[in-house]
Amino acid sequence: MTLTRRFAIGLGIAASLMGSTAMAQDNVRIALVAKSLGNGFFEAAARGAEEAAGELGNTEIIYTGPTSTTAEGQIEVINSLIAQRVDAIAISANDPDAVVPALQKAMQRGITVISWDSGVAPEGREMHLAPSSDELIGQTIIKLAADQLPEGGKVAVLSATSTSTNQNTWIEEMNKVMDQYPDIEVVATVYGDDLADKSYREAQGLMQSYPDLDAIIAPTSVGIVAAAQAVQDEGKVGEVNVTGLGLPSEMAGAIESGASKSFAIWNPVDLGYTTAMIAHALATDEATAEPGAEISTGRMGSVTLDDSNSAAMSEPFTYDASNIDEFKGIF
Amino acid sequence: MIRDFIKSREAILVAALIALILVVESRFSGFAAPGNLASVFNDTSILIILALGQTLVILTRCIDLSLASNLALTGMVTAMINAAMPGVPVIALIAIAIGLGVVMGMFNGILVWKLDIPPIVVTLGTLTIYRGLIFLISGGEWVNSHEMGEAYKAVPRFDLLGLPVLSWIAIAVIAGFAVLVNRTALGRAFYAVGGNPHAAVYTGIDVGKTRFAAFTIAGGLAGLCGYLWVSRYAVAYVDVAGGFELDVVAACVIGGISIAGGLGTVTGAVLGALFLGTIKNALPVAGISPFWQLAISGAAIIIAVAFNAQSNRKQGRIILKSAEHAS
Repeated sequence: MTLTRRFAIGLGIAASLMGSTAMAQDNVRIALVAKSLGNGFFEAAARGAEEAAGELGNTEIIYTGPTSTTAEGQIEVINSLIAQRVDAIAISANDPDAVVPALQKAMQRGITVISWDSGVAPEGREMHLAPSSDELIGQTIIKLAADQLPEGGKVAVLSATSTSTNQNTWIEEMNKVMDQYPDIEVVATVYGDDLADKSYREAQGLMQSYPDLDAIIAPTSVGIVAAAQAVQDEGKVGEVNVTGLGLPSEMAGAIESGASKSFAIWNPVDLGYTTAMIAHALATDEATAEPGAEISTGRMGSVTLDDSNSAAMSEPFTYDASNIDEFKGIF
Repeated sequence: MIRDFIKSREAILVAALIALILVVESRFSGFAAPGNLASVFNDTSILIILALGQTLVILTRCIDLSLASNLALTGMVTAMINAAMPGVPVIALIAIAIGLGVVMGMFNGILVWKLDIPPIVVTLGTLTIYRGLIFLISGGEWVNSHEMGEAYKAVPRFDLLGLPVLSWIAIAVIAGFAVLVNRTALGRAFYAVGGNPHAAVYTGIDVGKTRFAAFTIAGGLAGLCGYLWVSRYAVAYVDVAGGFELDVVAACVIGGISIAGGLGTVTGAVLGALFLGTIKNALPVAGISPFWQLAISGAAIIIAVAFNAQSNRKQGRIILKSAEHAS
């Protein structure tokens, strides 16, 4: 894809909205599209992308997204980005298929399109950057629970919605390695729909249905916080360990109270940084998205694309009482 | 006669509620234990309070879809104040929450009263406005449990005579509403305005003002719930209570509050909320697939509405028998 230098003249509303100055004409403009605005994870990713932009120079990050996690909202955002003629769109999709036509339109206009975090079907993007591989995440979440249960025990999974691709894949990968933990029994999988109140109620329900439950694994940031609160309110701190995927800033209270001993997450700052690095490399033709290609990603090293043009950044990072204070202020 | 009618409907609702609890008990023993029922009531408290507020609004032939957004915005404001200024006492935060809720309710009320815009349009607008404001003031950031003060989180959980304060607040609101709706002129005016707005004008009731009062009270309660919700779940973010406005309307409808206005009772609204709350609490422990959960909640609403429509059907009066035969 050739990079066409765009002029602010004639861009009208788009240009004035973005506050473009004469200098912006030469900037590489990378749009970072979140699942929804107002989510700490994506805010942190945007900070990482800004960091990459600072290192690269002449790069402008446009952090945007719909106000609620819908594919419709993202399609509107994509269309407005096409109208603004950005150089690259990096999206974390709310639906892998629904956004494909809009993204194809963007690619036809010469815009570099990549997906990150939550992927887009291959025909709708040039490459996908997974924060970690699904295998690694699935293995990590059960390991977090098992490490606290040397004697074995009963664990339950509190997921997001029953249709969310991310969570279902991770749970599947987790089940694949269950034979390594013969003493651990997964007694139930429930769905909190990423709503604080429903997740809280489901967690309560788990503790009622399985009075001897030892751990709740919640591979979703809303669910893990709600489950930790439910455990605290039931007075089961120390009996039921809440673990899974969460953000340090949101989980600091749960670690402090002991409701959660440890949890994991990839570093969203690193993810935003890597995404911006890749988007920049592809938009400026420094790299090409093709199977086997290795793309350099600054301080994160490099990523290698597999047969479906997707790449994994790194394995999730574990947070516990020893490092939570360091990270809770970051994201 | 109408009194008997309503009485019997509530009796049926109570029977349905007991049947529901027994069915769940048969699948998951311990559900009907007093301690567990108390925790179901506690969990449903916020829904009860909001459903009562919504009841007033619906009685006057209006609807308030902005309650959940109002709740989320006031919740976020109190959480942010608490995080930024831990010295502010909780009672002041509750006052701020109620005050802010009242202001938002009044805004809805003014638009309905003075500009005569249909309430569903007004509140559909303010639903998104209030929700958007949360994003503006918070910048999309969460307020997390470790940023909130201990007292802030402790109030609704505080145990008083065996029940958490949250439950007591709901009981107090129910009692207050029983008096307001049945024993005060304003309370009867809600029925008059919804039952027949034109007739209400002739009896000297200001229809607009009465609706304004309904929106204001509902707004104040939503504000109170904002604090209760955020402190109970110990987290405030933009999507708090997303879609909860529909649960509130559903609770009213199940409780026999007529969407056409002028018909319904405090007991009905409370029972409707309890019915929905029991379903929400029962489904996780009853081991029912999540795919069925929504369908079951939806079916309960439709059955309730169908039942209400049946019992509210007016007996036809034939005035011109000969004319009817002629046609």
